Amino acid sequence: MELIPHNTRFDFIGKKKITLWISAIAILVSFGSILLHGGLRYGVDFSGGLVAEIKFSKPVDVSELRNATDAIGLKDAVVQKFGGENEFLIRVEKAAGDLEAMSKSIQTSLQGRFTNNPLEIRRVELVGPKVGKDLKTKAMWAVGLAFVAILIYVAFRFHEFAYGLGGIVALFHDVVVTFGAISVFNIEFSLNVLAVILTIIGFSINDTIVIFDRVRENIKKMRKEDLTTIFNVSINETLGRTVLTTGTVMMVVLILFFLAGEVIHDFTIALIVGLITGTYSTVYIASPVVLFWEQNISKGKRRG
Amino acid sequence: MVKSLRWKAILFGAIAVFAILLLVPTVTSQLPPWWSKVLPSEKVHLGLDLQGGMYLLLTVEGDKAVESYVEQIRNNLRDDLKDQGIPVGKLEREKDRIVLEFSGAKEKVDNLLSTRFTTLRELSSSGEGGIWKVQLVLDSKETDFVKKRAIDQALEIIRNRIDQFGVSEPEITLQGTDRILVQLPGIRDPQRAINLIGQTALLEFKLVDEEGNIEEALKGNIPAGDIILYEKSVDRQTGAVKKLPFLLKEKTLMTGEFIKDARVSLDSQFHEPYVAMEFTDVGGRLFEQITAANVKKRLAIILDNSVYSAPVIQERIAGGRAQITGRFTTEQAKDLAVVLRSGALPAPVKILEQRTVGPSLGQDSIHQGLVSTLISAALVVLFMIVYYKFAGVIADVALVLNIIITLAVLALFRATLTLPGIAGLVLSVGMAVDANILIHERIKEELRFGKTVRAAIDQGYHRAFSAIIDSNLTTLISGIILYQFGTGPVKGFAVTLSIGILANIFTAVYITRIIFDYVTLRPGAKTLSI
Repeated sequence: MELIPHNTRFDFIGKKKITLWISAIAILVSFGSILLHGGLRYGVDFSGGLVAEIKFSKPVDVSELRNATDAIGLKDAVVQKFGGENEFLIRVEKAAGDLEAMSKSIQTSLQGRFTNNPLEIRRVELVGPKVGKDLKTKAMWAVGLAFVAILIYVAFRFHEFAYGLGGIVALFHDVVVTFGAISVFNIEFSLNVLAVILTIIGFSINDTIVIFDRVRENIKKMRKEDLTTIFNVSINETLGRTVLTTGTVMMVVLILFFLAGEVIHDFTIALIVGLITGTYSTVYIASPVVLFWEQNISKGKRRG
Repeated sequence: MVKSLRWKAILFGAIAVFAILLLVPTVTSQLPPWWSKVLPSEKVHLGLDLQGGMYLLLTVEGDKAVESYVEQIRNNLRDDLKDQGIPVGKLEREKDRIVLEFSGAKEKVDNLLSTRFTTLRELSSSGEGGIWKVQLVLDSKETDFVKKRAIDQALEIIRNRIDQFGVSEPEITLQGTDRILVQLPGIRDPQRAINLIGQTALLEFKLVDEEGNIEEALKGNIPAGDIILYEKSVDRQTGAVKKLPFLLKEKTLMTGEFIKDARVSLDSQFHEPYVAMEFTDVGGRLFEQITAANVKKRLAIILDNSVYSAPVIQERIAGGRAQITGRFTTEQAKDLAVVLRSGALPAPVKILEQRTVGPSLGQDSIHQGLVSTLISAALVVLFMIVYYKFAGVIADVALVLNIIITLAVLALFRATLTLPGIAGLVLSVGMAVDANILIHERIKEELRFGKTVRAAIDQGYHRAFSAIIDSNLTTLISGIILYQFGTGPVKGFAVTLSIGILANIFTAVYITRIIFDYVTLRPGAKTLSI
């Protein structure tokens, strides 16, 4: 069986003028959206605060619950419907007031307001401001160091700094665009979304290496061709694999999107965007970066 | 060639069987009795986000521990200065400092400090008109020691309380230098657990100042050496809190450190629960002395700066017993007995992070996660068979084995599986699918060049190998870095990803190769179903 014909000859690199514009616009939109929203919308994991998920056994009006949270001292609490019937999410940003005391007594104080409607606290998350900041800096350090390690490893394995650079620029592109999508869809940046970003990084670098590997091989075979042709041929030769792999993973993510429930809904939106940009960036970011470097900066020195 | 292949097949088969055996305890709880003697019986532990429970990150307020330690030193210093007959004008503690004013020769005080209070350091001193003013602090080594000891004690006490509370498989560990991590899986009443863990439970006995005027004191004229504390009572019908002020002598006569045992008893008259305490021998004697010296006076029983009761001492109390009453519910009385038995925390604890997942939400996420994972896994498996036919079956064997090995290693090393962990597992499975697709596409490519089946497989594996190894190693490197420098959830992701990648290299590259070889080495294998 063959979904993708094996002898395609698309001029991928030739389209780079158009696609660079697309990327530039995507990155501008990403930064624009993040700026317009006044930064990313951090979840309690990073900003500190309190989140409680509550399930009532009988219907409750949102405004009724809002009054109740005000009355028990959760000022500025955001109350919203969430998930299934009679389920709500209460969110208090930052450490407003004594959240610690609040989280201890939220069950009893709320139950006291709805005496004939038994409620269940399904989830409580309380993160102190210091811990949130800690999590943020530690996550940033970890990702930053991982980038440096990837740069070094790829540059070493491909005997050329340009390949490491291409891979990393593509990763930056993917991370920025995914953050942009998170901002555009107004998704909250939580630890779970951080896990998505990490997954996208893994997927994107994997995709880039597969094509670079074919380039590495073809450079030895096609000594007379120029590098642009070699990249085009390599991308075409691996096209079947790219479509199959991305397609399979996309299928899994779509199933999660439709079936796995509200909790990871945001999670899957970010994954879908990251998956698309991760595949796209190999061809239209990583490859042009390598070509540009090889043709303009380390002219003509072509090594395998 | 064929013979070496057989050995390889046996070796890898054995690894696969061992991995499956490691997962048996996770799947069934009814293990035959001989199992634990021969094989590990560790399960795959689910994180609190999956099975429900409470995660608490606490810090002990070390500064407070230092302050109460300095307070003790101040009391000793006061007694010693009195013994030596040094006229003291002022001796007070300001946060972690002792401020001392005295008249007379400074040498005498210096001598006392350098022989009996070696851990104190002089911060400043000035003498004017025969009156000396000295500020003293604890030296930094001793400060660190007090803080460290406070953490260690708090850890021990919290562990004690949780043990008595009765939670299965609790985890209480030190994190970094000043944080305590408490994980309580499957807990039903998180609120009660937090109260139990977080209560300082400092029990004190102080005398009521009978001469002082409480009205005057409430206006701000507190007599020297006195303090005001309140008795709080909650009306069970209306929930309103009443506060009754008490004027007390500041000096603590005795603390809860002498408690040997504390039990819940029922009042025979009103059937209200109260907590009966039994003191140690030393404590009993001390209590006897205190009561003998203060007959007809009121002795206040204070817990965490709240007065519980202040009965009049009718006579000298021997036998080392006392009780705390205070309109408790049975549950409250039970918890109070637990905290008194386990002792007071050396300093208040503060909650830095709390995450509670109710058992029903945990089950929901497992259920939804499991269903969607199974559906997507089934579709991937089906797709591989439809697209690659027999070769697809081989790839599927490798995929399933990959997941089994990853989970088996998790069980073996007692690692926990969390939601981000599942994300890591999914990524590694995605890379396993990719590895198989890479190999198969390469084999097809070689077959198109007209190579024989054997040569195509050889070349396919050989050529796909560098891409697979490079992409997996890159991911493994970032996985290890994320593990090293990341926190909780990031670590969970990194662990399953890294194990999954290692399993992947093994299953996708070696196991599938053996199966391919086994099938094609048979005489008459001219075509390959791929």
